[in-house]
Amino acid sequence: MLIRLEQRPEASNIMVYVSPLIAVVLTILTAMIMFGALGVDPAKAIETFFIEPVSTLDGVAELLVKATPLVLIGVGLSLGFQANVWNIGAEGQLVIGALAGGGLALAFYGQSSTLLVPAMLVCGVIGGMAWAAIPAWMKTRFNTNEILTSLMLTYVGLLVLSYLVHGPWKDPEGQNFPESRLFHDSALLPILIDETRLNVGWLLALFVVVLGWILMSRHIIGFQIKVIGMAPMAGAFAGFKENRLIWITLLISGGCAGLAGVIELSGAIGQIVPSISPGYGFTAIIVAFLGRLHPVGVLFAGLLMALTYLGGDSAQITMNLPNAVTGVFQGMLLFFLLASDVLIRYRVRFGPPRVKAEAAE
Amino acid sequence: MHFKSGFGGAVALAVAAFGLSTAAEAQMKVGFVYVGPIGDHGWNYQHHQGLLELKKALGSKVTTTHVEKVPENADATRVITKLASTGHNLIFTTSFGYMNPTNKVAKRFPKVTFEHATGYKRLSPNVSTYSARFYEGRYVAGKIVGKMTKTNTIGYVASFPIPEVIRGINATYLSAKSVNPKIKIKVVWVSTWYDPGKEADAAKALIDQGADVIMQHTDSPAPLQVAEKRGVYAVGQASDMRNFGKKAHLTAIVNNWAPYYVARTKAVMDGNWQQQNTWHGFKEGMVKMAPYNSAIPADVVKLAEDTRKGIIAGTIHPFEGEIRDQAGKVRIPAGKRADDGLMAGMNFYVQGIDGTIPK
Repeated sequence: MLIRLEQRPEASNIMVYVSPLIAVVLTILTAMIMFGALGVDPAKAIETFFIEPVSTLDGVAELLVKATPLVLIGVGLSLGFQANVWNIGAEGQLVIGALAGGGLALAFYGQSSTLLVPAMLVCGVIGGMAWAAIPAWMKTRFNTNEILTSLMLTYVGLLVLSYLVHGPWKDPEGQNFPESRLFHDSALLPILIDETRLNVGWLLALFVVVLGWILMSRHIIGFQIKVIGMAPMAGAFAGFKENRLIWITLLISGGCAGLAGVIELSGAIGQIVPSISPGYGFTAIIVAFLGRLHPVGVLFAGLLMALTYLGGDSAQITMNLPNAVTGVFQGMLLFFLLASDVLIRYRVRFGPPRVKAEAAE
Repeated sequence: MHFKSGFGGAVALAVAAFGLSTAAEAQMKVGFVYVGPIGDHGWNYQHHQGLLELKKALGSKVTTTHVEKVPENADATRVITKLASTGHNLIFTTSFGYMNPTNKVAKRFPKVTFEHATGYKRLSPNVSTYSARFYEGRYVAGKIVGKMTKTNTIGYVASFPIPEVIRGINATYLSAKSVNPKIKIKVVWVSTWYDPGKEADAAKALIDQGADVIMQHTDSPAPLQVAEKRGVYAVGQASDMRNFGKKAHLTAIVNNWAPYYVARTKAVMDGNWQQQNTWHGFKEGMVKMAPYNSAIPADVVKLAEDTRKGIIAGTIHPFEGEIRDQAGKVRIPAGKRADDGLMAGMNFYVQGIDGTIPK
């Protein structure tokens, strides 16, 4: 028997927003089967994975700390993705932004100015923007593919980081180990709740979510982004300048990634280390799509993705499950989401195509 | 995994069954944080062997937890905090990059005991540091490779230019030179502890440049596998790697953490744990040599064993003067031995090594 996918005349609007929920539910169900097969109590495992991590104040704070970079980068990327601008290099922009802000912290080491942290944040944004400006310039000037250039620049960014922590920015008292000195207190982001690591970075992430929402739904640029993304020709007839939007979306997403980098450094790590980010720039791509490229959706998706990391810790600590469980969870989540999306736009048909019936519709 | 969790359950059942007597002496919870996968067959694998030995030695008196592949950034602090706040009495953090996170968390949890491997910061009284004198093993291996090489060229796959690695290169060179005056050592820096692809490429490049013995200060068996394929010798790192290259594997410098883990856990149980900076070698059993390859002639095995026994007895020291650096400056005068301070901060190549340490 032939199985084929047939495009639906129109995708259901409700289903577009329900599909992430379906994906989450399917992930949990499949995970329960997997845990059962491993000989672990499924209910206990799911509780350990999704509830236990956030059952304490410290756990909630850690969830928000982990979600901050994912949400920030995810919001930035989703703007570009809607305009068909594919910035895959947020990881590199994050690193360069972190270095711009972190470099400032090292340059003014020991100065107790209250302006240092705001200046670091601004430097982080500028650093990320500068790194994203390279693919923007190359795309608008030479029509290069921004997927390739932004991705390749990620590796350049990581090498710059490696050079600096192994060389000029190495801790002078650090016995040649590749990491910078610890930042002075004046270069650390203010903590929101005592005894936790929750810092003002989270508030900045929420602020960016609101800004992103206003931009997309209340501002002419958001309208242009959507039109160019859905119908480039129509956008061109309307007089929207595509190059201008390429610049805007890449600069915004780069700036968001840079901000995430400097927040991670000065909020959660407190020094420059050889691996600042465990791949937030790439995970945020999943977050953006999981959140339906909508700022509020990205916020929830970022929290969910952060929870899978924390759940992975708990699974290892409480249940002695291997680290690979986290990867399996994230993989299943994305798989089910993509599968649901396909089924929203297509339906499964058995048997040979019925061309006539289709035409009659 | 199934077996492991089943085992944990069995322990819990046993504890519940024997009820009161065990409830009286509260059970120890020991946590381990690994930087890489347990299956690296090098650094992390050996720490996990230590955990398994600890379980075997103390049985139901101890429960263990391990978290693998914890990145050395914001995640490390989260994981260590989580262990400290979930009732773990003793936490071993087994990579250098955990130094600042460990000290940060230790300050917040004064009642929990922390042991950090290979670091130098002990900022609160509940933090100890420990490491092994790997260079002793390198010195024994140096005698063997110096005798076994035909091209008089040792290829060395190195990770990062930190004192520990530089010390290993110097110890290897001095030892090989003492049995083979024509010896040369070529070093490739791969800037990673674990990247089988990069490590293998480095080993290939070294063999192409004439090296017929490969030493490594990285964690995967990849350089050894390349050596096996190309028909040259190699020395394993961190654990007995002979299964990855039976012909090539001359021996390995084995990190044996189990005795330390058992001793420190017992110390916490008995309430006599004290802050210290441990640096153990052959003598205490923290460093061991893997079985010697049967291709090594008996007199060379004897030479290696005599060296090892000499180090234990204190009649041999890898860094005994006169030792000059590349510029010809005397760093260790004749008749003197390098003290721990000098060795811990070693940032120079000894005279005779070509090339420069990356800055």
